[in-house]
This record gives sequence, structure tokens and C-alpha cells, in this order.
Amino acid sequence: MYNDWEPVIGLEIHAQLNTESKIFSNDSTSFGNGDNQNVSPVSLGMPGALPVVNKKVIENSIRTGLALNCQIRNKSVFSRKNYFYPDLPKGYQISQFDEPICEHGFVEFNLDGKTKRIGITRAHMEEDAGKSTHHGDYTLINLNRAGVPLLEIVSEPEIKTPAEAAEYARTVRQILRFLEVCDGNLEEGSLRCDCNVSVMKKGAKEFGTKVEIKNINSFRFVEKAIEYEISRQIEVIESGGEIFQETRLFDSTKNKTYAMRKKEQAHDYRYFPDPDLLPVVFKQEWVEEIKKSLPELPRDMAARFQSEYNIPEYDALVLTQEKELASFFEDVAKLSKNPKSASNWVMVELQRELNEQKLDISQSPVSSKRLAKLIELIDTKVISGKIAKTVFALLLKEDKDPDVIVKEQGLVQITDSGAIEKMVDDVIAASPNQVEQYRGGKDKLFGYFVGQIMKASKGQANPEMINKLLKEKLKG
Amino acid sequence: MSEITNLTAKEINAGLVSKKFKATEVMQAFLSQIESHDGELNAFISLNEKAMDQAQAVDQKLAKGEDIGILGGVPVAVKDMLCTNGLKTTAGSKMLENFIPPYSATVVNRLEKSGAIVIGKCNQDEFAMGSSNETSFFGNCKNPWNTEFVPGGSSGGSAAAVAARMAPISIGTDTGGSIRQPASFCGVVGVKPTYGRVSRYGIVAFASSLDQAGPLSRTIEDSSLVLESICGYDEFDSTTSKEKVESWSSSTENVSLKGLKVGLPKEYFQDSIDPDVEKAVESAKKNLESMGCEFVEVSIPHTKYSVPIYYIIATSEASSNLARYDGVRFGHRSNFSEKPAADLLDFYCRNRGEGFGAEVKRRISLGTFTLSSGYYDAYYNKACQVRNLLRQDFVSAFKQCDVILSPVTTTPAFKIGERISDPITMYKNDIFTTSTNLAGLPGLSLPTSLSKDGLPIGIQLTASHFEETKLLGVARALEKMTSFEGRPSNV
Repeated sequence: MYNDWEPVIGLEIHAQLNTESKIFSNDSTSFGNGDNQNVSPVSLGMPGALPVVNKKVIENSIRTGLALNCQIRNKSVFSRKNYFYPDLPKGYQISQFDEPICEHGFVEFNLDGKTKRIGITRAHMEEDAGKSTHHGDYTLINLNRAGVPLLEIVSEPEIKTPAEAAEYARTVRQILRFLEVCDGNLEEGSLRCDCNVSVMKKGAKEFGTKVEIKNINSFRFVEKAIEYEISRQIEVIESGGEIFQETRLFDSTKNKTYAMRKKEQAHDYRYFPDPDLLPVVFKQEWVEEIKKSLPELPRDMAARFQSEYNIPEYDALVLTQEKELASFFEDVAKLSKNPKSASNWVMVELQRELNEQKLDISQSPVSSKRLAKLIELIDTKVISGKIAKTVFALLLKEDKDPDVIVKEQGLVQITDSGAIEKMVDDVIAASPNQVEQYRGGKDKLFGYFVGQIMKASKGQANPEMINKLLKEKLKG
Repeated sequence: MSEITNLTAKEINAGLVSKKFKATEVMQAFLSQIESHDGELNAFISLNEKAMDQAQAVDQKLAKGEDIGILGGVPVAVKDMLCTNGLKTTAGSKMLENFIPPYSATVVNRLEKSGAIVIGKCNQDEFAMGSSNETSFFGNCKNPWNTEFVPGGSSGGSAAAVAARMAPISIGTDTGGSIRQPASFCGVVGVKPTYGRVSRYGIVAFASSLDQAGPLSRTIEDSSLVLESICGYDEFDSTTSKEKVESWSSSTENVSLKGLKVGLPKEYFQDSIDPDVEKAVESAKKNLESMGCEFVEVSIPHTKYSVPIYYIIATSEASSNLARYDGVRFGHRSNFSEKPAADLLDFYCRNRGEGFGAEVKRRISLGTFTLSSGYYDAYYNKACQVRNLLRQDFVSAFKQCDVILSPVTTTPAFKIGERISDPITMYKNDIFTTSTNLAGLPGLSLPTSLSKDGLPIGIQLTASHFEETKLLGVARALEKMTSFEGRPSNV
């Protein structure tokens, strides 16, 4: 793929844990509030202010760690990461260094029909910094975000392709959303994805110099940014240049990465255990309790869908991408007692409509109950599949049950064989040429007759009966 | 009025309740004392303009027959390290020269809940970094016993205020001896409680794992009273303990010392100790003996490391704790309209370069070095390991004794300017006090005598973790036996 070069990719995902208050104070984490509204002396880094850890953050970190197959440390330590920046109020960030809460995990996903496993080095708790906005010769700082809890999930540097990196990130996001610990919104920054990329000669033992890419706000861009970066690095090295350890930003309009600062010196963060916080110590029973309360995770759910509903793997994976979608499908499948049909309707018709209207499954204009009813109407032959699509279109607009729509619109299927026979006779009588050609061996014309009859019945004639009668009559 | 300023907090409170005098009269008496003497002593950085109003509120409560609290109507001088809502809090630094906190330290809230009234904010070494009060941006405070001498530090203002009858009680903070040493130099009682007894919330941090606030007063009873008010778990400080807070002002009265074992660490008596200090310890020993105490020699083998590891740990933590003073949100900001900042680094360098004094810069530099990669293991990490050994030394020692008796410092107060250019000698002065903080133990300084130059000398008592009851009990019994006349002649 890259000739004799081999990329080495690792991802650092910062997930904002959606607790109501910040990690070390009771300041609100709410987004809507005005600039510097969610700040107490703690968030402001006032003299004498002290951090007190939010238990919910620890709980959600354990929850996530378990879902990422990590080992949970019963004793972890908060450390100070010291550096100066105007939106870092204390002059240090409280993070975890050598004793993070979660370690040695992995996630699995399917890519190109194969199962891929990527290791997770660690996941640690930390506080977010504030936000600076630069305006020419001055800068404004909003500290609402300062102290918002983050879980930094660090992958092993064993991702081999840009596509793999994107899929890994999607999978982590999917798990976070299933756990309901993070909303996974990349645009609002509640999920941030930094990519470490280096290249080395195939089979080399030592990694090349790595570059960190920041500022990527979609998974598609994760792929593009890494793709660009790999080619850039190979080009630089092959033309005799050198890769510098640096932070680069991704410009999605140009599909390029560019250096944020030139050749930065190695940072010395002077990490040391935060003396204001005791080590986080908890009993294994708490971990077990949390483990028991874990929801069904996406891959388990997909496997269950395959076996329980007998749907293809592809369908199962698509339907389990979002928890709400999966549960919508399950409702339709159970109520309609036709999982295959439920899967098709949800994945194809409904999903298309939702995409068009840019709606979330939770905002679906058609309820699972009504969709199930619609499937039931098809299965009991009250309406044909074709009419069902008309009914579905009406369901999107009208707040009515499908059977009411069918009744009101007179869309009930014609199953009266006498009536259908008359329509067949009429069409045959009106198409002598076509009949002659058909009987002369032009089988394809069968569809023409069906179409004519359907037209005559306004689509309401039972297609199976049409087929049967038409075949008999055309034999002559 | 001079009579009121000579009363203890306990007596003032009782006098108010029995309507001998009014809270406003009490406040006025102390304010007058400050008016007459603080021009020379410089124990206060600022005064609470609302103190008289608050005294009036106490009088109104008394008139209605309401409970005024165990410290009701008692003026308290508070070290300028503690945030006081709406009242300037400088930490003795130009950096915070005009800083008015929007919140109060838990200690201040608790004192006010007990009815005490903050009379003013006390002078101190800048960010509590010093042993003489000479590093204060607001000029050094002087020793009320002899104004050519230092009051000690860093809580020099708090000690001088009580000694000079400008407040019956005060609050100091003690990171390596900053309550006990000035208490000894000024002839007052100073108590550093067990680490975790008193909330650090709202107290400007110097070294988080060592800092502990505590009372200074003229009697053990008053300090006990203050401790009852300020000790105890605080949900805003994770390092506070849920250990029970006793009514020490009554429980330490009339404690029998019969059979009590007093430890004398052999390592403490090897350094050159001033003969007057030695005499003070000797006389305390005699008094304790006469009350039935037994003396045992104990060993704290790692004593010789206590000053070096103290200066590594304290400066490491300080280098990080003081990073927040960057001129962005509060504190000193250079005049950038006159000369714009070249870049962000220049912005920081000018704010911090102008805002901090020499000693603070020295300690930030030291701490930055000891935490930096490549040196962390050799310095900070090693110091933490030795700290654990030192703590173990004390745990073993307290298996053999109930309290430890020692000097507070090697000498009585020294002259202003005498040691300021020699930081190492100044640091060595902390030999007997730093171990207490490193081990997290409770300790106190009790004034017992005067030196040949007429300067007060205290002795130090140290107890095991959370053994304040024992510590205060022994000190109170010893206090009764000593004939220390605790009033400087010129105030």
C-alpha cells in the first residue's frame, strides 16, 4: 500500500464525561450558559481553592474502562501536569500519570469483513482547560469548560491504516454512547481525537519520529488527515528530509496538515502526585457492581440480533450502530413478529427519510408501533408491499395509525378473484398485439400485463392472484 | 481600656455574656491598641473596616438574649494567607497587593460562625516563605519585646499582634514551623494541629502536604477554644479528617500527668543550642518531673535529613502552587499599556518577575528544579521516601512516649537584618519544627521564660497523630507551673 513503508498510528481520544458538575467542583457543566458563568473559586484557580473529586466521574470512568476490556486499578493517583497557558487557571492540569484508573484494554470491530482488535494502553481521568478566543491584539478566555471531566483513552500504536484508525474511533464513540457516559459530539468538542502518526521501513524494529495531529472534528477527517500525513512523511524522508516531533493541525478545506508551532522543545511537565487529592481508592465490589450494571454492548447486541432475529451480520451491525436505532428495530421486530421485514423497513425506508430530514431516530416521525402495524398489514395481505410504501409516505405526514390511513384512503387490497379476473380479461382484450407477441414467445411482456392490471386496480389488486390468473388466461 | 486588651478570649466572651462590657467596647479597646502600637510594630497589613459593625451586631444579639457562640464578640487577627470575603488578602506579596477574594476560607467561616470578629489581616513573610517576616512586601513586622528583633515567621504578624495585646487570639499557618517559631519568639502560645485537622480551603497554598492553620493566643485554653471552632472535616478539602473534634477547652483542664512518658529525642540535643534555650527546656523538664512525668530517651534517626527534605518537598509543591499567579485573572499585572508584551512568555515573565520577591523566586526556582525530569527521582522522589522513614521514626518513638519535649528553635529571636542575606542559616533554624510538619504531627510552642536579653523563649511539645487532647493537656498543666510573665513592657 505504501511500498516498503509501514505507518504506525495511535489515537488519543478525549471523551467528555457527561456529568452534571465538574470533576473537582460543583460548578455546572452545562453548555448553554454565558461566558464565565460556570465558575466558582475552584474553576477560577483562586488562591486557596481546592479540588474535591466528583464520584460520578470515577464511576463513569470505571464503566468505560470495563466496556473497553480494561483492568481497573483499585488505587489510582491524580497528578499535576505543570505548564503555563492563559486558559489553564492553576498553571497545572490535574490529570493521571503513572497510575491511571484503566489500563490494558482493547476494542474489536469489523473492517473489510475481518474482525480487528486494537489494544488500549490506558484511559485516565483529567480536567479540561478553558477556551481562548483570539481577536487580533487581544484574547478572551472563557473558563466554563475549565474543570469539565475528560477521560483520555489512549490506543496502542498498532493501528496500521487510516481506515482502521477511523473505524477504531467510531467504535470507541459507539461504546461511549451505548454506555451513555459521553454524547460523542465531535463538532461541539465533547469527543476529541488526536492522532499520532509515524512511518518506518517495513519490518523495522524502531518507530519513526511521531507527529501529533490535532483539531480533527470528524471521523472522515481522521482518515484523510492520517492519509495525508503518511504520504507527507514518506515524501519528506524519501527526498532526504527529516521528520520533526511536532504538533500539526488538520485543515479540512485543503485536506492537509500543517505545523502548529515549529520544532517545539520537549515539554517537561514536571508531573507529581497532587497533594490536594488523596489517591482514588475503592473496593473491588464496587467495580463488580458497576460491571453488573453495564448495558449490552454493541458487538454483543449485534451477535444477538443475528441469532435471535435471524438477520444478516451486515444488518445487525448497521442496526446496532446507535442504541436508540437498535431499540427501535427491536420494538418493530417484536411487535410485527417479522424481524427481517422490520430490519428492511428500518434500515432502508426509515433511515433514508431520517437522513433526508436530518433527524435522529429518537425524532422519527413514524413510531415503532406504527411501523410494526404497517408490516403486519402487509403480512396479513391487507395491503401489498407497493401500497405499503404509499401508506408509509402518508405516515410521515399524518399523525394517524396505518390501518386508519388504509381505510380512509380505500387502499385495502383487492382479493376478490371475480373482480381481478374481470380486470385481467379487460386488459387482454385491449391488447391484442401484445397477446400475440407473448404467445409467440416474448415472455418479457408478462410484466407489461401485470403493470396494466395494477394500473387499472390503482395498485390494489393482490399481485399473486394477478400472476396466477394472468398466466392461465394468456395460455389461451 | 487597657484592662480589656489584657483579657483572654475566654474572659472576653464570658464578660460579654455576663454584660460586664459590650462587644463594641472590646473592639474599640483593641482597635485603640492597634492605633497606638501598630505604626511601629507593623503586625497588620489591613484592618477590617466592618469590625465595629460586626461588634454592634453581637451586642444586639446579647440584648435579645441570643447565643453569641464560644468566641462571640472576640476579635481575631487573621494571617493574610487566609481568604476573607470582601477583605484584601495579600499573602504578604506585591503579587496580591490589591487582591480582594470573593470567598472566605473555611477557617474564617468557622470562626465567624463561633461569633469571632476578624479585626484585621496580619503581616507575614511573602507567601509564608521565611522565618523572620523580613520577606513581606509590606515591610517587616517587629518583635514587640524589642523592636530591633524579628518577630519570627512566617506568621510573625499573628504572633506580634497577640503579644502586643492588639488581638486576644490570632490565626497563623504552619508549613515548617511558621506558627510555633514566631509564637516562641514573641512569647505566646502557638499550636499546629495534626495535618488534616483544619481545612486548607481558602488558605493561600504554600506547600499543600505540609500547610496547616492553627491558633496563636496567650493561653492554652484560648488556643483550645479556637481549635474547637476551626477543626473538623470539610467537604471542600479532601485531606481533612473525620476524626472527632473534642471540647478541648474543658477536656484539657486538670489533666493528671502522673506516669505520663515524655520523650527526649537524642538527635535534638546534639546541635549547638543557645544556653538560654537549653535552660528553658531544662526547667520545663523539671516542672514536668515534679508533676509525675517520666522521661525517656527516644530516637528520631532521620532528623538530620528533615531540613533538606523539607526544603525539597515544600519548594516542589510551592513551585506548582504558585503557578496560578500569572497575572491573567487576578493579581499583579505589569504595565502593558506603557510597554506591550512581546509575547506570552514576556507577559508571564514581567507579571511574575515584578510580583514576586527574591525569596519566593528562589524557592520557585528550587522547586522547579527538583521536580524536573532527570532530577525528580534524585530529589523529590527521594525526599518523599525519606519523609516516610521520618514518619516511621515518630511512630516508633510514640510507642515509647506520650509527648516529645524539645526546643522550638536553636536560639531566641535574632536581630532584623542579621540573617536575611544567609538563607542557609535561616533555613537551619527550622531544624526542630520541620519534622513535625513532615510527619503530619500536632505540635505547639509554649512560652516559658526570657533570655538574658529579655526575649521570650518557648518550648515545643509534639504528640502523635490526632492526640491533641494529650498535647494540650500536658501543655496546660505545664503552663500552670511556669512563671512566664507574658507582657512586653512597652505595650
